[in-house]
Amino acid sequence: MFDALQAWLSSFLFDWLAVLITLVLQAVAVILPVLITVAWLTYAERKVIGYMQVRMGPNRVGPGGWLQPIADAIKAMTKEVVIPAQSNKYLFIIAPILALAPAIAAWAVIPFDANGVVAADINAGVLYVLAVASIGVYGIVISGWASNSKYAFLGALRASAQKISYEIAMGFALVTVLMVADTMNLTGIVEGQQGGIWNWYWIPLLPMFFVYFISGLAETNRAPFDVAEGESEIVAGFHVEYSGMAFAVFFLAEYAMMILISFMTAIMFLGGWYSPFEGVPGLESVFSWVPGFVWLFAKVAFLLFLFLWFRATFPRYRYDQIMRLGWKVLIPVTIVWVFVVGVMEYFKVSPWFN
Amino acid sequence: MIAFIKHQVKTFGLIELFKGLAVTGKYLFKKKITVRYPEEKTPLSPRFRGHHALRRYENGEERCIACKLCEAVCPANAITIESEEREDGTRRTTQYDIDMFKCIYCGFCEEACPVDAVVETRVFEYEFHERGAHILTKDQLLAFGDKHESQIAADRAADAKYR
Repeated sequence: MFDALQAWLSSFLFDWLAVLITLVLQAVAVILPVLITVAWLTYAERKVIGYMQVRMGPNRVGPGGWLQPIADAIKAMTKEVVIPAQSNKYLFIIAPILALAPAIAAWAVIPFDANGVVAADINAGVLYVLAVASIGVYGIVISGWASNSKYAFLGALRASAQKISYEIAMGFALVTVLMVADTMNLTGIVEGQQGGIWNWYWIPLLPMFFVYFISGLAETNRAPFDVAEGESEIVAGFHVEYSGMAFAVFFLAEYAMMILISFMTAIMFLGGWYSPFEGVPGLESVFSWVPGFVWLFAKVAFLLFLFLWFRATFPRYRYDQIMRLGWKVLIPVTIVWVFVVGVMEYFKVSPWFN
Repeated sequence: MIAFIKHQVKTFGLIELFKGLAVTGKYLFKKKITVRYPEEKTPLSPRFRGHHALRRYENGEERCIACKLCEAVCPANAITIESEEREDGTRRTTQYDIDMFKCIYCGFCEEACPVDAVVETRVFEYEFHERGAHILTKDQLLAFGDKHESQIAADRAADAKYR
């Protein structure tokens, strides 16, 4: 669709202008739905956690409270952004942008459906996501530094140490995926999982599936790993000095990362856009009309629900326990499983290796 | 050895975590107990202690005889009473103020009153919009009592056998 648009535009515009316009439209087509999803993910979060605590959750704005995100957005935009007198003003403003930009930029390589429904189908997709997502920690570190507040600084220290620790486990988990898939292209990884729920990579990589999701929780600073903003210890962590839209941007970044991690998990372990009923006689033909992206979004929605479920269930880890889990449990498990996958690869265990 | 294996299975099988998830997952579908306040209200007891009122006898005579027991018992010193002899020789209050900001709604005044003059009603939704309006005068309290007399009398009757 965008190729046709570009061809049509270049018929009466400069070529570079046509490319630019197409790229901007592509970016908007990806970013806008992501931001809208973020808005209603916050609503879903409050509703789900409320229901698990036998409460109603937000229910005053609109029927069932589903206009709450709009009210929240208006509130955030009309509030004043207070810049502390002793802060580093430039870094203070840049930090939330630095947190949000990588969380948005990583969406460029996420495929949404078969036949190349992806903004940039690059061969190093996994590497790109890993690299870009880890830049997000700069936003947190800079916000902690620029705030010139002890709580913010402690939160930033915690967040950066935690992110670096869990990135190792996450990277190893990705290595096993690459060993199974033989490609770094996200579309290629999904295509390697064709053929029903038993061909998805979550079976040979079951421990890695858990490790990746747990690392994802830690990467996004979500409960039970949210010591970086533990309100009972360090108030709000790195964003304690932020207000109004600057705070909302941090919020956007966190939730965009959540959705990104869910997409990555669905793509790498849960068969992406493939139906779980593939190869099941009867069910396959019943569900054959469902387009691929619906399956992908359903899987992502389930994983996002897991994020919220975990937040409602698990108490916050102590800081040293988080470090222990990352370094002394997850990383050894991943290293062992790299070897297990190597053995499986050597003996060509079907249907995943061939 | 068996214990070690059991421990490892329990740890790496994430057994306890799944148990916790099962609990919250169950509560997700439980009936919610929230009362949507302005639309729905919880039932109130006849002994509910809300806004104060001064009552009258059925012939229109005010009950209060200015004995000042309520003023004496009030732990928050919220009640101020001045009294004088009326033309017919009875003792009546000339001033009966309740400071609603000082009041802690303990209900002692109500219990101390020998003639059931000062009572606390079921009304708890009220607010003051001007400075000084929180000190309710005798006229206001009597008017409030007149307005809610039927409810007040019903509540007293419902609670009478326990007194």
